Amino acid sequence: MKREMVKFLILTAVVLLAPLLFTGGYLMNVLVFVGINTMLAVGLNLLLGFAGQISLGHAAFFGLGAYGSGILTATYAVNPWLAMLLSAGAVALLAFLVGFPILKLKGHYLAMATLGLGIIVYIVFNETVDLTGGPSGLSGIPNLSFWKLTFDNDFKNYYLIWGFTLLIMLLSINLVNSRIGRALRAIHDSEVAARVMGVNARLLKVQVFTLSALISAVAGSLYAHTMTFISPASFGFHFSIELVTMVIIGGLGSIYGSLLGAVLLTLLPELLRAFQDYDIIVYGLLLISMTMFMPGGLVKGIPAGIALLLPGRRRRGEHA
Amino acid sequence: MLEIRGITQRFGGLTALEDVSFAIEKGLIKGIIGPNGAGKTTLFNIVSGIYPPTAGSILLESRNISHLPTERRAALGMVRTFQNIELFGQMTVLENVMVGLHVRSRSGILSCSLKLPGHLAEERWIREKAMYWLEFTGISELADIRASSLPFGKGRLLETARAMALEPGILLMDEPAAGLNSRETAELAVLIRKIRDLGVTIVLVEHDMELVMDICDSIVVLNLGKTLAEGTPREIQENQKVISAYLGEG
Repeated sequence: MKREMVKFLILTAVVLLAPLLFTGGYLMNVLVFVGINTMLAVGLNLLLGFAGQISLGHAAFFGLGAYGSGILTATYAVNPWLAMLLSAGAVALLAFLVGFPILKLKGHYLAMATLGLGIIVYIVFNETVDLTGGPSGLSGIPNLSFWKLTFDNDFKNYYLIWGFTLLIMLLSINLVNSRIGRALRAIHDSEVAARVMGVNARLLKVQVFTLSALISAVAGSLYAHTMTFISPASFGFHFSIELVTMVIIGGLGSIYGSLLGAVLLTLLPELLRAFQDYDIIVYGLLLISMTMFMPGGLVKGIPAGIALLLPGRRRRGEHA
Repeated sequence: MLEIRGITQRFGGLTALEDVSFAIEKGLIKGIIGPNGAGKTTLFNIVSGIYPPTAGSILLESRNISHLPTERRAALGMVRTFQNIELFGQMTVLENVMVGLHVRSRSGILSCSLKLPGHLAEERWIREKAMYWLEFTGISELADIRASSLPFGKGRLLETARAMALEPGILLMDEPAAGLNSRETAELAVLIRKIRDLGVTIVLVEHDMELVMDICDSIVVLNLGKTLAEGTPREIQENQKVISAYLGEG
């Protein structure tokens, strides 16, 4: 447990000090996205990596959070913090209700059902033009503010987003190292044995699905208030797949892995600009080779690589 | 303690069990034996709630539990082990046993993620209890090993420790000696008696006749989905119907 605390404090220090190194505005903007994607990947990992349940529609919850906040504040002038609370609550309720029938399904069928959910929500964003502004988007969303501090530039947004990201990571690390986390991993390994041990697998899956959707909705609200403009294109099928990729590349069942996955997949397209039109090919090749040579994700692959260079060290398995 | 009353199970046109009834007395070791295809595993799956019976009922301490889901039966103090051991392979040996304490602990998602004081105390208690059951089954030195890397015999012990962590009133063991060598089987007999001495009722489906005759207080013989005989090990060994069922005589 103490090692857990030290790891987290180091991360916090890195996050706090990072802006001192990069004063450039553009990179700060990218790091804001890294934070948002980390929240989303951590939320999805609770479902996919720990409970072992796939969702190919998580962009929908992200989008619902964003549109909930966006519409309430831009159209109805509700206080942004209240709007965030309301949309997170509504998304959680929706996920809970949808979760019961959907999570009865397993494997490919669950993938199809969540995919369908994502597509339906995406169509709603596009078609309810009066409410969402349709394909051309919704603008004029106010920034969040706290007393006299308004989060209206990349520097301030960086600390706002990463404050939330660190909080969500800390709570998730606590959760996965508790009886609930163990029950989730037990369901992943053998659902029948978990049930024999008295774990209410059905309810727990719905609960973690709800929690995962709730985290995505909060990330969505934060996204809306930092960007001040949202459009359906950010919440489509493509983004759902990208989130799943972040979780898998980072490391299933590892909270820090999700951070690494989000960092890599957010920064990679920026770094690959040099390849111009061929960037997508390099991107694809990287993903294929990483899944082939690092099946445990970055979080296991990097230490294994270091261990290869420094032989004679033994590692203990830990979950965080 | 446990009463099996008129259980019938049909899978499509196949009748796996037909009107099977018997009772299991508290604190004893009951053996269920029978030739292959007799319906032993089907009966076990019904008793542990993997699927509901076509007809009949299961009474646990006079309470009808026939239609309770598996996880509710665990909360009522009934737990089972599996013939092909079902461990949580990616978790450590200790964590496997800690899952066994799930129904005996309460902390919810909120209290776990906020690390509330009550949760921390509970977590410490879970860890201590889990270590106790690892010591009870003699595998505490393996606590930090990943369960999937255990040899089969140790896996069997771990599954038993995990089941005992629930502190069940009744323990159902599905062929616990399958895949064990003779030394491991002898150790298992000692362990089963030790569990019985804690006041736990044990139901055993087993092929190893030597083990069954050695440790069971009473035995039920199933054949072709029906109860063939019931009695003490001695009575069963002398029963003409049982002998012919096993030797395949008409």
